Amino acid sequence: MATLHSAPRFTLIEGLKATLSQALGDHLVEAHEEHGELLLRVKRESIADALKLLRDDHGYQQMMEIAGADYPSRSERFEVVYMLLSLTKNNRIMVKCTASEDTPVPTVTGLWPNAGWLEREVFDMYGVLFDGNTDLRRILTDYGFEGHPFRKDFPLTGYVELRYSEDEKRVVYEPVELAQDLRQFDFMSPWEGADYVLPGDEKADKPPVDEPKTTEKPSETGAGKKADDKAADKVSAGAPAEEDGGSDAPPPKPTEDQPDRKARKGKATDTAKATQPKKAPAAKKKAAPAKRSTAKKKKGE
Amino acid sequence: MSSAMHIEESPTTGDETITNYTINFGPQHPAAHGVLRMVMELDGEIIERIDPHVGLLHRGTEKLIEHKTYLQALPYFDRLDYCSPLAQEYSYILAIEKLLNVEVPERAQYIRVLFAELTRICNHMLNIGAHVMDVGAMTPNLWVFELREDCMNFFERMSGARMHHAYLRPGGVHQDVPEKLLVDIGEWIDTRLPELFGDAMSLVLDNRIFKQRNVDIAVVSKDDAVAWGFSGPMIRAAGIPWDLRKSQPYDVYDRMEFDIPVGTNSDCYDRFVVRVKEVYESAKIIKQCLAQMPTGPIASTDRKVSPPKRAEMKQSMEALIHHFKLYTEGFHVPAGEVYVATESPKGEFGVYLVSDGSNKPYRCKIRPTAFSHLQAMDFMSRGHMLPDATAILGAIDVVFGECDR
Repeated sequence: MATLHSAPRFTLIEGLKATLSQALGDHLVEAHEEHGELLLRVKRESIADALKLLRDDHGYQQMMEIAGADYPSRSERFEVVYMLLSLTKNNRIMVKCTASEDTPVPTVTGLWPNAGWLEREVFDMYGVLFDGNTDLRRILTDYGFEGHPFRKDFPLTGYVELRYSEDEKRVVYEPVELAQDLRQFDFMSPWEGADYVLPGDEKADKPPVDEPKTTEKPSETGAGKKADDKAADKVSAGAPAEEDGGSDAPPPKPTEDQPDRKARKGKATDTAKATQPKKAPAAKKKAAPAKRSTAKKKKGE
Repeated sequence: MSSAMHIEESPTTGDETITNYTINFGPQHPAAHGVLRMVMELDGEIIERIDPHVGLLHRGTEKLIEHKTYLQALPYFDRLDYCSPLAQEYSYILAIEKLLNVEVPERAQYIRVLFAELTRICNHMLNIGAHVMDVGAMTPNLWVFELREDCMNFFERMSGARMHHAYLRPGGVHQDVPEKLLVDIGEWIDTRLPELFGDAMSLVLDNRIFKQRNVDIAVVSKDDAVAWGFSGPMIRAAGIPWDLRKSQPYDVYDRMEFDIPVGTNSDCYDRFVVRVKEVYESAKIIKQCLAQMPTGPIASTDRKVSPPKRAEMKQSMEALIHHFKLYTEGFHVPAGEVYVATESPKGEFGVYLVSDGSNKPYRCKIRPTAFSHLQAMDFMSRGHMLPDATAILGAIDVVFGECDR
């Protein structure tokens, strides 16, 4: 694939993958190239040795970054990625190893002093332990923080929130209470890769029944004497006019002597007079409602 | 500053002896450039050990980004290093573009480089001013802040925002810049910047007090600078001509002619001078950008990445669909992982982006510039006096939004 993007162009070295794979030998698990970047997967136990080899023999003098990543579905869920930079060859590579909660990664603080904080950060965020790092304290989270926030199973909102308590004159920690639900939008198209059941689609996935429902004998139809008897039962008394009536229902009174309602004077009830407040409170406010009511009147006409 | 002094009795003479003195620098201290707490162990006024406590501004940006689409995550980068917002966006945008392998039109590349350099000037104005003020001068800071204000006005005309631009987009930039803005920037580079900045620097560079406070403070050898993962002005001050714009050019930096200023003594003064010289180099790059910038589109025509024009949407159903999809679902990025680093004003700002093929980053690790530099604070300040700590900190150019993420 031709390179179209304009991202930083470092020197590409012919056969770098083969050279480094050979040099790493047994340490290497797998090497592959993507997007013009070389990724070396190295055994966890020998990560420090592998990096020392790359630094001393292959000119990767600087370690710019250690990144952690969490893949909970894997047996060793964490990945620790080391970004190496060669100032002399003008090249970058990524070296990574996997780890789980209880398998410590050998520290590289002996190779690069700046690994100290970077390892502390990975430990703080993911809980990956680094064997040999003498100062493995938390670094970015609060004093006394519990948990490892960048793990995928750690909620975005966290577990505690803090506020200043006026009563106690200090900052207090409380369980997170959200005033409204955390907004989790799912913009994925339901036709491509929604991993949940769409409303109304619950039945679609159910397998068809083993025996289809059929009516073979007359007894299964539900017809017969029993049904006829039930049909004969009157459910309601029916409308009064259709009934015989009897004498207990008095006839309706004649309506002739009831007076007619007076005819309305105006065309509409919401005339200006009707809707205006009886006493206009201020001259300023008077203008606005009057205007509105006339407009309405016009509309009505 | 809180303090704890231990007074003990000498076993031989019976006199009272003062042992080490531990003080707490920050977290709220004007010279800490943000919220930095440093636990300092002093012997008299000599620094024995510094334990910087960072993370007081930790907002979990990387976690938040995992919950947003690629485009929604962009504004977080402005808020990392709020003194050079465009430089942070740059790394992130280039990382996405690398994964997508999308082509950027030439004009957009020039616009990006131009404003990235203006960001560099803007950032250095703040740092130079703050550094000078940290060691006791007042006037130059006020002068360079005027230039910073000019930069801010240019940014406002570019994007509508003075600080948090959210201007870059995968495949280009958000909107074209007005012709008059380019003319004004050119004029500013020619007249106001050299004049005012030159005046301000003439007060500082040969100033006796400034030199006394900075020369031979925190000397770092070349080997140490490499081992501690230094980058940017910090490694250049150590005499290593390492600049990602030159060695690993991105966009149109390979067409620009500029020099890399390097230090000779690797002290705080050199770091300061490197930044001063870089301002002039940035000005050179901006002028070349203005001269070479072609006309044309400012964003990719790949409608699966960059949205169509509004006018087009009124006419074309397809354009409307593209717009809708881009602003709800967002674009999908092919699975893979890249580490892209650019030369931000403070050093190497990197983004390690892992995509699982969906519309949200699976992991976005941000490599802040200040993290490695601040880590070296301990060994750089050992044996120096307490007031030197502020000079060293000023020369590191640390911003905590970025350091703590």
